[in-house]
Amino acid sequence: MREAGPTDAVDGAQPRAVVSPSSTTETAEVLRAAYEGGFRTVVRGGGSKLGLGNPPAGVDLVLSTERLGRVLEHAAGDLVVRVEAGVRLADLQAALAPAGQLLGLDPPEARATVGGVVAANASGPRRLRYGTVRDLLIGITVVLADGTVAHSGGKVVKNVAGYDLGKLFAGSLGTLGVIVEAIFRLHPAPAATAVATAEVAAPGQAGSAVRALLASALVPSAIELDWPGPDGPGTLTVLFEGIGPGVDAQAANTARLLADAGTPGARVLLDGEPGQGGEAGLGGGADRGGEATRAAAALGALPWEAGQLGVKVATGPSGLPGALATVWEVAAAHGLAARATAHAGTGVLRAGLDGGDATTLAAFVNGARERLAPAQAGLVVAEAPLEVKQGVDAWGPVGDALPLMRKVKQRFDPSGLLSPGRFVGGI
Amino acid sequence: MVDRQRLIERMRAVLGPGGVIAERNQLRTYECDGLAAFRVVPALVVLPETTEQVQGAVRVCHEEGVPFVARGSGTGLSGGALPVSDGVLIVLSRMRRILEIDYDDQRAVVEPGVINLWVTKEVAPRGYYYAPDPSSQLICSIGGNVAENSGGAHCLKYGFTTNHVTGLEIVLPDGDLVHLGGKAPDPPGYDLVGAFVGSEGTLGIATKVTLRLLRKPEAVRTLMAAFESADAAGDAVSKIIAAGIVPAAVEIMDALAMEAAEAAVHVHYPEGAGAVLIVELDGPEAECTHQFEEVERLCQEAGSTTIQIAEDDDQRALFWKGRKSAFAAVGRISPDYYVQDGVIPRTALGAVLREIADMAEERGLRVANVFHAGDGNLHPLVLYDGDVEGEEERAEELAAKILFACLALGGSITGEHGVGADKKKYMPKQFTADDLDVMQLLRCAFDPDGRCNPGKVFPTPRLCGETPGKRHVHPAEQPGLVEAV
Repeated sequence: MREAGPTDAVDGAQPRAVVSPSSTTETAEVLRAAYEGGFRTVVRGGGSKLGLGNPPAGVDLVLSTERLGRVLEHAAGDLVVRVEAGVRLADLQAALAPAGQLLGLDPPEARATVGGVVAANASGPRRLRYGTVRDLLIGITVVLADGTVAHSGGKVVKNVAGYDLGKLFAGSLGTLGVIVEAIFRLHPAPAATAVATAEVAAPGQAGSAVRALLASALVPSAIELDWPGPDGPGTLTVLFEGIGPGVDAQAANTARLLADAGTPGARVLLDGEPGQGGEAGLGGGADRGGEATRAAAALGALPWEAGQLGVKVATGPSGLPGALATVWEVAAAHGLAARATAHAGTGVLRAGLDGGDATTLAAFVNGARERLAPAQAGLVVAEAPLEVKQGVDAWGPVGDALPLMRKVKQRFDPSGLLSPGRFVGGI
Repeated sequence: MVDRQRLIERMRAVLGPGGVIAERNQLRTYECDGLAAFRVVPALVVLPETTEQVQGAVRVCHEEGVPFVARGSGTGLSGGALPVSDGVLIVLSRMRRILEIDYDDQRAVVEPGVINLWVTKEVAPRGYYYAPDPSSQLICSIGGNVAENSGGAHCLKYGFTTNHVTGLEIVLPDGDLVHLGGKAPDPPGYDLVGAFVGSEGTLGIATKVTLRLLRKPEAVRTLMAAFESADAAGDAVSKIIAAGIVPAAVEIMDALAMEAAEAAVHVHYPEGAGAVLIVELDGPEAECTHQFEEVERLCQEAGSTTIQIAEDDDQRALFWKGRKSAFAAVGRISPDYYVQDGVIPRTALGAVLREIADMAEERGLRVANVFHAGDGNLHPLVLYDGDVEGEEERAEELAAKILFACLALGGSITGEHGVGADKKKYMPKQFTADDLDVMQLLRCAFDPDGRCNPGKVFPTPRLCGETPGKRHVHPAEQPGLVEAV
C-alpha cells in the first residue's frame, strides 16, 4: 500500500491510496477493510481502460492487480489455462506459444491485463473467429465488495452447473466485484497466415463486399476496414489463419469473390514457404517476417490517439455502411476530422474525432447517437478528455433492462463502493 | 392461502378457457419432464400463445403469491421443468413462431416453443444452420435450450446455446417485460443474456430469443474408427487435439452402448470392437481434406482396428443416428437406466473410465458409456432392473459416485443436462457455500420472492435479504401449502 499520486487519478477523481494485494486472500482482506471503512474502490490492471465509462463519482482506493501476476496452470492437453487477473495478455500469449496454443483475444491495448480485458470486455479483429470474452471465459474467481470470495464455472469447457457469473462479470467494469482469477479455453495457434486486401471507394461498396464474404463458405479470422477520412478510399483486409494450403486458397478465392461483389483489384499477401506464418498479433509470438504476417499484425489499431475522442458503434454487419456514413456526416457538420476502423465482419465500428473543443466533441456524441438510434445502433464513448465526458453519458441509453441492472448492482455491491458511477445509467 | 378456484378464474380471464388446464387427469400429463423419476402434479397448467398472456399469467402468480415453472417440450433430463405441486406450470409450446430471419446479420428471432431443428430447416435452403444440436433436437424447444444452456455433439468447435443467443425478451417473475441484448454485438451494460442462459428457468421466462445463424461449411468429413477399448479411443482423441486440430465433433461409444444402438438403428458397428470413435471435421475444403487425412493417420497410430469413412450424407446421418439414439436404445438391453452427465478434463478420460468400470463391477452393475470426448462430457448410462430388490438403490449410488469421481478429477456434475431437481444435492460438492450464496444474489435481483421455478439448482434456497450463514426453509418448499391450493 502506498499513498496515491496525481498519476493514479481516475478520470479526474483523485484516490488517497493505491494497494496491490498479491493473492486472492489479500484481495479479500483489502476489500473487507475498504467495506468496513466505506472506501470507494476502483480496480486497475494495466491502466489501459481507465478512461472507459463515465468519470467515477469518487474514489478513495485504487486496487492494482499488478502483483496478481501468475499463470497458475496451463493444461495444454485440455486447451485450458488458469491465470491471475494481473497477468498481461501479451505475457500470457508468450507463455502459451511454446505449446502451440493461444487465447483468442487480441485487443489493441498493449498493456492490457487479463482481468482488465475481462472487466472491459475488450476485443480485437479475431473476434470474428474466436468470439469475445464471454465465449472464451469458462471459470472465474471474484471478490465482492464485502470481501466474499466466489467462484463460478471451472476448468472444463462444458459445464452448466450453477449460474455463469463469468458472463455477468465480463464487461462489468469493476462495478460488481474484483476479478482475481480467470480460466479460459484456448485454441491451437494457426500454422499459416494469408491476407487479401482491397481498396473500397464508398461505405456502400464496403458493405456489399462484407455481405458477400459473410454469405460465402470462406472462414476468415477477421474482416477489417480502415477508413482514414471521409473522402476515402478505405481499405478492406480479410485475414485467414490455418494450414498453409488452406489459407492460401481461401485468400485467392476472396480476391475473386470481392471482384464479383464489385470490389476488383484485391491483393493477396502470402507468407511464402509453409511454416513461415506466425501468431503475431495475438501476443508474444515471434514475427516470422512474412508479408501476410506483417499485414495481420497491423490490424486492429485504434483510430485515435491518447487524449482524443474515441467512440465505438456496434451495429452488426448490415448496419455498418450506414453507421460509417453517419459518423462522417455528423463529424463534418461539427467541423471535426474523423478516422474510422471497423471489425466489419461482426459490425463493430470505431471512430476517432479530432479538431474541436470539448463542447463540439460532446455535441458530436449526442448528435451521432441521435442519428444512429433508429437503426438500433448504440454509440459508446471509448475514450475522451475529461471535459468531453462531463458533457455526455459515455454509454448512452440501455433500454428497459436498466432497472434490472440496477438491482443486480444493488445485490452485489449494496453500499455502492465499487467503481461508483462509471457504468451504465450511473451504476 | 390461495383460493384455487379464484386462481383458475383469474387465469381464464388472461388466457381464455382453452388456455387453462385444471382437470386433475389432464394435469397428470405434465407431472414430469424427461426425468420420469421425479413426478409432481401441478395445481394448474396454462398454455399462453402470446407474450402478453405470459405476462398476464406471471402477474397473476405474482399477485396471488403462487410459484410457477416454465416448460417447453419437456425433454429435459434433470427435472428442470418439474412442476411445483401448489404452483402453476406455464407451458410455452403454443408459442412456436419463427418471427424473423435476418441473413445479412445472421440472426433469427424466434418464440420459445419453436423446436430446435425447425430453425435449421427454415434457413437451410439459404445455406445456413443453427449450431447447437442436442440429441433431442427433433422435439426439444429453443426456450428449453435457453433455460438449460443445451449442448450437443457439435459444441466442441461451435460452442453451446449461450454462445448462440444474442438477445432475449423475458418476463420477469413480477410480470415486467425486459429486453436484453439484441442482434447487434456488445450491448452496453451487464451481460444479462449471458446470466439468463443456463439459469434453468429460475430467473424468468424467455418469450423471444435472438439466435446466431451460421453459414454451412464448405466441406464435412466424418469417420468412425473402431478400437479395442474406450481408453484406446481416448488416446486417439488426445493425439488429434495435440495435433492442433479442432474437430466439429468427437464422440465415443463403448461396446455396451454400441450393442444397444445396433439393436435400435442397425449402424453395422465393427464386430468385436470395444469402442468406436466418431470424428467429424468441417470447414474449407482444402483444410478439411488435409486434416482429415491426419485424423485417419492418428487413429491408426492409436491402434484403430477398422476405419469407416462416411461416403455420403446418408451414411453420415446413420453414424449420427446411432449416436443420438443411444440413450433411448439402452432401453432395449436394460429395463431401467440412469443417464448421467458428468464432465472431466478431457485428458482424464482413461482414468475416469477405469474408475467407472471398477465401481460398476464392485456393485454388480453394467454401465454403458457414451461421451462427447472432445470436451470431456461423459454420459454413463447405469443399467439396472427396478424389479430386482436393491438394484435401483445400488444404481443410484453408483451414478452419484461417478459424479464424485468427475469432481475429484477437477470436473463438473453436469455438462449439458442441467442441475434441476436431480443434482441440486451435489452442488455443495462442486461449490462452496459462498459460491452458492453469491449466485443467489443474482437470483434475488431477478426473483426476490423466489417464486420462479423454486426448488431447482440450489440445495438450500434462501430468502433474499437474509444475511449469509442463516438459512431457512423457503415457504414455497414447506409442505402444507399444496393442499390449500
